Amino acid sequence: MIALLVRDLRLAMRAGGGFGLGLSFFLIVVVLVPFAVGPRPDLHASIAAGILWLGALLACLLSLDRIFALDWEDGSLDLLVTAPLPLEGVVSLKALAHWLTTGLPLVLAAPVLAVLLNLPTAGVVPLIGSLALGTPALSVIGTFGAALTVGIKRGGLLLSLLVLPLYVPVLIFGAEAARRGAEGQDYMTPLMMLAGITCGTIALLPFASAAVLRVTLR
Amino acid sequence: MASLWEYANPKKFIATSDKVLPWVGGLALVSLIVGLIWGFWFTPEDARQGASVKIIYLHVPSALMAINAWIMMLIASLIWIVRRHHVSALAARAAAPVGAVMTVIALITGAIWGQPIWGTWWVWDPRLTSFLILFLFYLGYIALWAAIENDDTAADLTSVLCLVGSVFALLSRYAVLFWNQGLHQGASLSLDKKENVSNVFYFPLLVCIAGFVLLFVALVLLRTQTEIRARRMRALLARERMG
Amino acid sequence: MSLQAYDITVARGGIAVLEGVSLTLKPGKAIVLRGPNGIGKTTLLRTIAGLQSPLRGRIEGAAESRVYAGHADGIKPTLTVGENLAFWAAVFGRSNISAALTAFHLEPLAARPAGALSAGQKRRLGLARLLVTGRPVWVLDEPTVSLDLQAVDMFAAAVRVHLAQGGSALMASHIDMGLDEADVLDLAPYRARATALHDFDEAFL
Repeated sequence: MIALLVRDLRLAMRAGGGFGLGLSFFLIVVVLVPFAVGPRPDLHASIAAGILWLGALLACLLSLDRIFALDWEDGSLDLLVTAPLPLEGVVSLKALAHWLTTGLPLVLAAPVLAVLLNLPTAGVVPLIGSLALGTPALSVIGTFGAALTVGIKRGGLLLSLLVLPLYVPVLIFGAEAARRGAEGQDYMTPLMMLAGITCGTIALLPFASAAVLRVTLR
Repeated sequence: MASLWEYANPKKFIATSDKVLPWVGGLALVSLIVGLIWGFWFTPEDARQGASVKIIYLHVPSALMAINAWIMMLIASLIWIVRRHHVSALAARAAAPVGAVMTVIALITGAIWGQPIWGTWWVWDPRLTSFLILFLFYLGYIALWAAIENDDTAADLTSVLCLVGSVFALLSRYAVLFWNQGLHQGASLSLDKKENVSNVFYFPLLVCIAGFVLLFVALVLLRTQTEIRARRMRALLARERMG
Repeated sequence: MSLQAYDITVARGGIAVLEGVSLTLKPGKAIVLRGPNGIGKTTLLRTIAGLQSPLRGRIEGAAESRVYAGHADGIKPTLTVGENLAFWAAVFGRSNISAALTAFHLEPLAARPAGALSAGQKRRLGLARLLVTGRPVWVLDEPTVSLDLQAVDMFAAAVRVHLAQGGSALMASHIDMGLDEADVLDLAPYRARATALHDFDEAFL
């Protein structure tokens, strides 16, 4: 099991696209926002939390189709299914590897990018907290979407169409916690809701993903 | 032994639904005509809203069916997962576009109703937002069916998507409620319909709802028949290749 | 570890391609499947490997004893040959890869990224994977594709050693690799015929 995680991390590092790509995308989104809405620091401050959450979500979406597609193309997935590993475990590890290569760098980069958007200092902690709690759910839900579309040629667009509606609750609670934090309000309620959703998806969704993979490989 | 599952046989299903369809379709037509004419011309105008209240006869039934269609798809998906009846999977597939159209009707009539009453075509009210999200779920479900070539694989994957989607749709509903209350104090723009509707409006509304339910049933039966025939045609072609 | 299949029907894309196939694979034995393209060799092998279930019939013998090698080798181009093998060894709970490297003459390539290998070398790496899994029943789909004559001999030798150690192999192959101990199973007589139209109307297929 650990070997699979190590392999996925190693692949992400060597292919170059792993850590860097999502992070660069996140940076570009944040840089483009002021161009789109105009040079008004007060406006930037009020939308910063939402923009950072949306940027993180899109950056996460960008790398989802790689979770299973590469393994499917080169036959590794067939071999993994017949290997003595529970498929639910394989799916969870894939999600974990995706989070470590995409979600975690986004969480760490968020405070720096928050400065660019004039996020009030009080909002930095809730922003990091909500991203740290929410991005694992994004990876797990995304893994489910990737499992659904693994056998489909050019499934990337379909993957977005399937996954984005599933991201709605996570985005709402996550961005709400970050926004309330930035405005100096109490942000514990949305943060707890977010934590609940994340725990629920981590506990249950791998079973759905594994079932879907078994069907696809049939 | 007679059992409900007999109708899960494609041949039996087509034979039975052929007999039922004209009645359901006819009744749907009659109740829609009666309900809409009654509603549009024979009810008084609302004291506050004037004539614009009459769009309720399209808005409420379509909104109801938008949700009920998804619930029907959920039940059909569960039946497919548990009992592997092909008709059930195809019925879920057949219901999806109907449900999606109902959602669009509900959204459009809602916008037309909202314009004179709220002064805007669209507000991010929890109820409206939930319907928009529901529409996105319909789109994803339909797209997944269309993207997979193998029918059984498609049925399996869309059933799982329907189950997972239902949970997330419910989560989104509560998330949206939470989100909007967080944004605006009090839901001053949302209408409490129970409060507004008196008996004069209520009875024609019931007839319209019955009409929409029957229309939905008729469309789903018809579309399921089409799906069964299309599926059989693919099977025949495959059989021909086998020689 | 023996493998038995009783009267199985296998389906590709929901349509039966082979029906009534029975076979018994005892330790130390090998069976070579023959048949024209498209008859369903790959489908049968995937079914026996446990990737899909048969439409009818049953397969006996522990699924955990089988290991499958298909058209694709499951090789990651950015990992070295050694890393690729070590990964699969770890997945199957083992660690020693040197024997597998030796059997397919891969030691000189061990530190090279797998992406830099030729097609035949990749195939050798894919076959070496069978050895590191330590599973007794090999299920192989066209194992000799893109191998040169020397490499085919290498593979035949590996199979012989495997059989001598009590392992067994079921493979689909068009070429004769000089395995005298292998039985040949011609699949042509098992081609599924279309069902009668009356039955056909009852369901879709």
